[in-house]
Amino acid sequence: MKVTLSIQRFDPEKDKKPYRKEYEIDVDPTFRILDCLDKVKWDIDGGLTYRRSCSHGICGSDAVMINGKNMLACQVLVQDFKKKYIKIDPLPSLPVIKDLVVDMDGFFAKYEVVKPYLIAKTQPPVKERYQSQEDRALIDEAVNCILCGACSASCPSLWSNDAYLGPAAMLKAYRFVFDSRDDAQAERLDVVDTPDGLWRCHTIFNCVEVCPKEINITWHLSQLKKKCAMREL
Amino acid sequence: MIHKHDLIIVGAGLAGLRAAVETSKYADVGVISKLFPTRSHSGAAQGGIAAALGNEEHDTVEWHVFDSVKGSDYLGDQDAIEMMCGEAPDAIYELEHLGVPFSRTKDGKIAQRQFGGHTKEIFDENGNSKRIPVLRACYSADRTGHVILHTLYEQCVKSNVRFYSEYFILSLIMDEGVCKGLTAFNIRDGQIHTFHAKAVMFGTGGYGRAYRVTSNAYANSGDGVAIAFRAGIPLEDMEFVQFHPTGLYPLGILVTEGARGEGGFLVNKDGERFMKNYAPTVMELAPRDMVTRSIQTEINEGRGIDGKDFVNLDLTHLGEAKLKERLPEITGFAKTYAGIDPVKQPIPILPTAHYSMGGIPTNLFGNVLADEKGNIVKGFFAAGECACVSVHGANRLGTNSLLDAVVHGRRTGKTIVKYLRDAEFGTLPANAEEKDIEKFKKLYATTSGENADKIRVRLKEEMTNKCGVFRNEKDLLSMLDTIHELKEKYKNVHMMHKGKVFNTELQEIIELGNMLEYSDAIVTGALARQECRGAHWRIDHPKRDDVNWLKHTIAFKTEKGIELKYKPVKILKYQPQERKY
Repeated sequence: MKVTLSIQRFDPEKDKKPYRKEYEIDVDPTFRILDCLDKVKWDIDGGLTYRRSCSHGICGSDAVMINGKNMLACQVLVQDFKKKYIKIDPLPSLPVIKDLVVDMDGFFAKYEVVKPYLIAKTQPPVKERYQSQEDRALIDEAVNCILCGACSASCPSLWSNDAYLGPAAMLKAYRFVFDSRDDAQAERLDVVDTPDGLWRCHTIFNCVEVCPKEINITWHLSQLKKKCAMREL
Repeated sequence: MIHKHDLIIVGAGLAGLRAAVETSKYADVGVISKLFPTRSHSGAAQGGIAAALGNEEHDTVEWHVFDSVKGSDYLGDQDAIEMMCGEAPDAIYELEHLGVPFSRTKDGKIAQRQFGGHTKEIFDENGNSKRIPVLRACYSADRTGHVILHTLYEQCVKSNVRFYSEYFILSLIMDEGVCKGLTAFNIRDGQIHTFHAKAVMFGTGGYGRAYRVTSNAYANSGDGVAIAFRAGIPLEDMEFVQFHPTGLYPLGILVTEGARGEGGFLVNKDGERFMKNYAPTVMELAPRDMVTRSIQTEINEGRGIDGKDFVNLDLTHLGEAKLKERLPEITGFAKTYAGIDPVKQPIPILPTAHYSMGGIPTNLFGNVLADEKGNIVKGFFAAGECACVSVHGANRLGTNSLLDAVVHGRRTGKTIVKYLRDAEFGTLPANAEEKDIEKFKKLYATTSGENADKIRVRLKEEMTNKCGVFRNEKDLLSMLDTIHELKEKYKNVHMMHKGKVFNTELQEIIELGNMLEYSDAIVTGALARQECRGAHWRIDHPKRDDVNWLKHTIAFKTEKGIELKYKPVKILKYQPQERKY
């Protein structure tokens, strides 16, 4: 079958500003959008640029905007779209390096702000630290984050204020605050209990709608908010 | 530009990051990755990491050693396997202390599940010993690699490890047999950089991307293996490529063996649970090479579903709750890519190129070996899938790969810390970047020539058909011809795009060159080895031949082509026996 991809192109070595280009290609209905991009790159224009690696939704390289929604190009098939005219853009609100490749340095800088690592202040035992199944369940969804950036790039609060840490960093904070083995709850809450932290989340739920791992990010942020509110009582 | 670090690690998967955690306390470490570190393919590992913790039932290190030796079809070196299995419990507890969110047992310990080839010894009423599956694979749902990868990256952030993300390695800098660093290009601007180091460690991963049907990432183009080979370092046991039994039809995306560990079974078009004909005692939990051959035989003999190239993996009896708790990731894959709901329908699967048992030869401590005699290459270390210690021999057991990466990443890190105490920065040779600059110039000057994708497609297609699950002399000879022809074409490859910034076409062309380089070693080794052992199955030599072939292949790149030498297998407690399950 034939599909038309309309892709935002931008080559910093040639172009003053981004433009759109259409490619009509022959594909199987079961092609991933990533396969379609490959087809353009390999058969038509070797310069088409995008990130990718695992090709099945676990590495988080290929988050892009498809028909206005952030998703992983490898996690959606041609047959999932009714119209065979598919618009592909880089993740919104991030600086574009080239075509669909965006600069994620800022995204990862915010990730680092929340101290994204276990801080245990007691000597570890000889064997494992115990954790009940109930406690482990608290971080069940949060540990699935693949840092693809789809959520943060969909957040209107972040679009309007770049200082906001954003849903991905907040979710990472949750992952450690609610890990029964972590001893740095207060330090971590100090980082997120700020005007540019948690309280910029206005529960718009865009992040939840786009998360390719189906994590209910807003729910996790609300749990963090509760934790912050409780400690002020 | 020249960067200087005591240690440069290439690859940010489990082996590389575990070594970075180990060494960054004592040394100035730089880690190069062609991806952002958390994108590394270790993160795609699903089912678990093996260690005889005995959290769920009685288990012993000795059983783990025996299973790994038998699983390797007796080609694994028993001293290496003893060390790996022996260090496994500590290595897992350490991961847990670093923050890995393992799934838990009812009493809060690390949860464990069954996996293929991992067994315990029991005795029947007549006192005869018998081996049945054991709960040994430590897991975090079906995202074990993902959570370990992220935890190790987090620890590197904590230790301020310097990362060079989206840098692509080009060559090793060798000077009179000593490794002094490497060259790489920054994908973001296309500039070639020199990295000057006292020690270089590769954790660059496997080489399954040379196959059409594969569970491997685009990134798994065996760059480290090819670059070492080009630098005069031999490669060991390259012919041993593991085909995982359950790749999602038709792409080959991994469906974890944990699915069978949790009770999933395989059926052919007649609804027959065919594994009873191949491995009656452990059925679907036989080692991967055996299950793969069984599936491929069913398909080849016309018992695939609807006469097609797949059989079914049935999980429907496990129920929605268990699938959601234990196997959520693959449940999602089946829905996304095959339109199948595993709660209600069986999953179509076929064997998929998955793991590289062969690679850069190392000793037990991560030192790279220069030859079949055991001489080491000063300043060069390797661990994980790119290395061959050999702990997996002719066939790796499931969950031993994450273990290999973590244990050897850690152990190699310790070796390097000791090495650095007396090591110095040597003088760099004057022309370190010259060859790479020339190569780039040539590619940027092309105006016509061969299409890279056509070369790549043919390589992958023919490797799958002629050097896959079942092999024979005729096909392998033909494959060698193809590789030589494709290598000639590659010399004249055309790069369409001439940009410097993020030129991923340039990157893909270099990766293709690497794939051609090591595929030659795979096929040459496979052609020479006239026997069936583990994942290497020659239908024209249908028996294992311990008299002539109980030895490791060591392939050297010479001006006349690939030269094969051999070295003996370390056999301690377990003499080779017939391998039955």
